Amino acid sequence: MSSTLALPEQGGTVQVRPAWNRLTPWQTWGLILIVPYVLIFLLFVVYPVGYGFWIARHPHSYEQLVEDPIFVRSAINTLVFLVVGINIKMAIALMLSGFFVQARSWIKWLSVIFILPWAVPSIPTILSLRFMLNPEWGVINSLIFRLTGEDGPNWLNDPTIALSMAIVVHIWKSLPFWTLILIAGRLAIPGELYESASVDGATNMQKFRYVTWPSLRTLYLTSTILSMIWTLGDFNSVYLLTGGGPADLTHVLATLGIRYLRLDQVDLSMAAIVCALPFVLPLVYFMMRRLAK
Amino acid sequence: MKLPSLRAVGTEAKLMLIGIPVLIWTLLPLYHLFLFAISPKESAFAGKLWPDHPTLHNFAVVLKQEHYYLSHFWQQLWNSLLIAVATGVLTLLVATCAAFAISRLKVKGGRLVMNLALFTYFIPAAFLAVPMYRTMGSYGLLNSQWALILAMVTIAAPYSIWVLKQSSDQLPVELDEAAIMDGASPMQLFWLVYIPLMAPALVAVGTYALLLAWNEYLYAFLLLSKDTAVTLPVGLGNFLAADDSPWELLMTTGLIYALPPAAIYYTFKRYMVSGLTAGAVKS
Repeated sequence: MSSTLALPEQGGTVQVRPAWNRLTPWQTWGLILIVPYVLIFLLFVVYPVGYGFWIARHPHSYEQLVEDPIFVRSAINTLVFLVVGINIKMAIALMLSGFFVQARSWIKWLSVIFILPWAVPSIPTILSLRFMLNPEWGVINSLIFRLTGEDGPNWLNDPTIALSMAIVVHIWKSLPFWTLILIAGRLAIPGELYESASVDGATNMQKFRYVTWPSLRTLYLTSTILSMIWTLGDFNSVYLLTGGGPADLTHVLATLGIRYLRLDQVDLSMAAIVCALPFVLPLVYFMMRRLAK
Repeated sequence: MKLPSLRAVGTEAKLMLIGIPVLIWTLLPLYHLFLFAISPKESAFAGKLWPDHPTLHNFAVVLKQEHYYLSHFWQQLWNSLLIAVATGVLTLLVATCAAFAISRLKVKGGRLVMNLALFTYFIPAAFLAVPMYRTMGSYGLLNSQWALILAMVTIAAPYSIWVLKQSSDQLPVELDEAAIMDGASPMQLFWLVYIPLMAPALVAVGTYALLLAWNEYLYAFLLLSKDTAVTLPVGLGNFLAADDSPWELLMTTGLIYALPPAAIYYTFKRYMVSGLTAGAVKS
């Protein structure tokens, strides 16, 4: 009985499906609903990007750019920021995710606090860090003076230390997010895998090597690449901490564009971004392949 | 009995050895911010863990706008709120419609639009800032708050569409078919079936866009310039202009400004974490 009852229903859906694809109201509504985003995309993505390329069309902009020591320095800084900063951050996130999946109530509470840097806006906290690092009145140098009787380093006046501090600020701000992602990844690993590893007498290192890492590897790689793309756009960590100084030696590509804009050299600003594209687009392509499935 | 408990204590101690530095690392800049906000101006620099005379005086100065840098505090706070809410609502509207059209109505070219949106999502926001500034200039929108709202919608919409499309794809097709059998029009399907079922994802996306706009600094300071039109982050950034800035007031204002997003985040944590990390984890 139930099968005969089900039959007309199935027949019904089979009839509806092609009709629903052919029926114009559905496609019409689909077009109407998608138009707002398409308009935004055309007006505020296509037009600016096209405009940017048009501004950067002259070869002499690139000649000027390559001759500008600040640009070369910024490119190196950006590379250091990405290669050193992101890898340190992701390695710490990987370790901390292992810590946070431990079942303890106090670790649960700690994880709630740990997310704060990511949940609060970056401007007040970066300015707070900037003030902590002030060589004269900052709390860190006061502490160094009190403990050792010697003056602490001039944190933001030395380009190497200042850039390192910008990386530290970036890590402070975004470490919670990536730790959260990797925690989610670790929680998705079936518990039986660890149980059977324990039965086989595996040490913690071996469990990580043969159970955790193979399951997390893809996520870890994706996260690293996504973080690199996002960090390229991290304007605040550098701008609000060092302002690009001292002597414009701590700029990264994200802040360099604004520097050129201030100097009324928009063509250089766009040319710098165009120069970055050969490195960025492969990463973007990789991520799109990942997410567009 | 004794040995396992000893071992347990050892494990616990090892965990504490990680936990305590993590706690200090996380809270230090935030506590520093808080400490300055409750310290009188003179003792703020003393480097003490707790001020001798904690005070709310700084808050009174900020709320009464009794300093040159703060003369538009309430106006700027209002601007931040207005722009954040407008961005949240507009993003939600645009992204929900687009996700519905792509995922449920299977509109022609939907896949292409999705890919273009994803591509936009992966352009670092700072790279688009300068051309966006020029574009807003040629549209005559510079110094209008619409410039910032539209820029933020542009930045927030791609990820929102993607998240909504992901959750939308998980709704069973039979729902649509049943609604169509009952003679529902596309709009009825949208309002009566789609929106109610998508509510958790909508909360996540709306909060995401709202917080993104509230926290934005770069675009706000590029696109807006009048003291009465800028958002609070730009007002905070202006403190950096002078060496003798009243840091304790900057910290107080910063603290006030940081509280709403933290509160919103913890209120919607459930939705935020599942909605926003799901995408990244599913790799």
